[in-house]
Amino acid sequence: MTDEPELPVTIDVGVIASDSVAPARPDLVTRPTGRAVREAIEMRIARITRVPSVSLLDFTHVRILDFSCADEVVAKLLVRYMRRDRPREAFFLFRAIGDVHRHAVEEVLGRHGLAAVCDLGTGYELLGSVTGQERTAWHALERRGRIGPSQLAAEFGEHGTPVIRGLAERRLAWFERRGGACALSALARSP
Amino acid sequence: MRVIEVPASLDYRNVEALYRRVAGEDDTGPVLFDARRLRWIDPNGMLLLLAAGKVAARSGNAPRISLPARQDVTDYMDRMGFPGAAAGIFRSVTGGRRSTHSVSDVLLEITPVTTNSDVHDVVDRVQSRAGAILSKTLRYPPSAVVRFSVILSEVCQNIIEHAEAPGWVAAQAYNWKKRLGRQVAVIAVSDLGCGFRASLETEHAARFGDRWGDATALEAAFLMGLTRFADTGRGQGIQQIRKQVGRWQGILSIRSGTARIADIPDWSSRPPLEEELTRFPGSQINIILPEHIG
Repeated sequence: MTDEPELPVTIDVGVIASDSVAPARPDLVTRPTGRAVREAIEMRIARITRVPSVSLLDFTHVRILDFSCADEVVAKLLVRYMRRDRPREAFFLFRAIGDVHRHAVEEVLGRHGLAAVCDLGTGYELLGSVTGQERTAWHALERRGRIGPSQLAAEFGEHGTPVIRGLAERRLAWFERRGGACALSALARSP
Repeated sequence: MRVIEVPASLDYRNVEALYRRVAGEDDTGPVLFDARRLRWIDPNGMLLLLAAGKVAARSGNAPRISLPARQDVTDYMDRMGFPGAAAGIFRSVTGGRRSTHSVSDVLLEITPVTTNSDVHDVVDRVQSRAGAILSKTLRYPPSAVVRFSVILSEVCQNIIEHAEAPGWVAAQAYNWKKRLGRQVAVIAVSDLGCGFRASLETEHAARFGDRWGDATALEAAFLMGLTRFADTGRGQGIQQIRKQVGRWQGILSIRSGTARIADIPDWSSRPPLEEELTRFPGSQINIILPEHIG
């Protein structure tokens, strides 16, 4: 296992839906479709050689995303990789451009008490259920991109480390073994 | 032969008259649905005719139907795909004259919903038609097509996942100038499945004790988002439909068993909960979306 995840692997959810589930149908509707797409995504993640990994799930080519599908593809995927018995160490970014995608993603995250880092077309945002403390810490980390262990307390105060660790456990940030932290979006932007 | 007279007007407001006539005492012999006097019908009325025909067929005799005498009504029913949908239910479809319309102005013809693939078909079909109707007729923003499709997807999935039986969906836009002074879109969904009470009974009846019944089951699903699945992600379909229909100031009602529950906007005086209605199998969902004003 390497310390830092490899650069994000972009997974085009629309292409997965068309290729492996319903040819020529760019709509993510119905729960069985969502389940099949999630399983296809998990197979792709399993093939990523480096662990841990960061994957960018791109919904740009998805025309319609209903709540049942969003529940399967976004919420259940996050739940699966947050559990202690998760198949592997994996982190996710979501590209959900447009009001309709955002709405579906936000609703299912809220229902499960989850949060996710999403590219909404204007930069990365934190969607879903988060505390004020988590949101503040996440935004600070997002501004900094990366932060070393020595700067963590100075930047976030005495509760900084537990909060950042909590964000990492929720798959919203990367906490390094040596004590530093990195925003998932910074990993996405890394050359 | 038992003759069930179809009311002259059969839309979401007066479907109960036909429910009562279908539930007559003699349900053993052959049945004729006499729709010759029908002058007005909406998607709810058409799906009720199909469902009532299926229920009548359970006696072992395929029912008959006499189509409306008025040409404009049969033309409209043709465009909605009623003859095709009725062909497998009624022994003969008599009366009326077949329309020669080749281009349909219908939002969504009567479409059977049996599998998830049918839901994809519904969403596909609506995408190509709904844009103009929603933007020009109902004056909804461009994003409404997607939201409308999501509503259709979720209500159709409700049939497959909860009714455990086939159903139908249909939608059409109308000019309700006299009634409301606005255009509306009407979506009807109907199935002859187990209904909400039976769907939720095993998981939830105990907690409601003596109160458990059709109305309580509808309240549990509609107001509380309960489903028979333990999964946290389930049950949000109806909740999301309620939110969206509410944003568009529409009506959403669900009839199941002997009860009907609804979200009612200011422009309608219908009650939010009706009980002790005539018992009918399955569930019937009605959505009315009014033209945006302002």
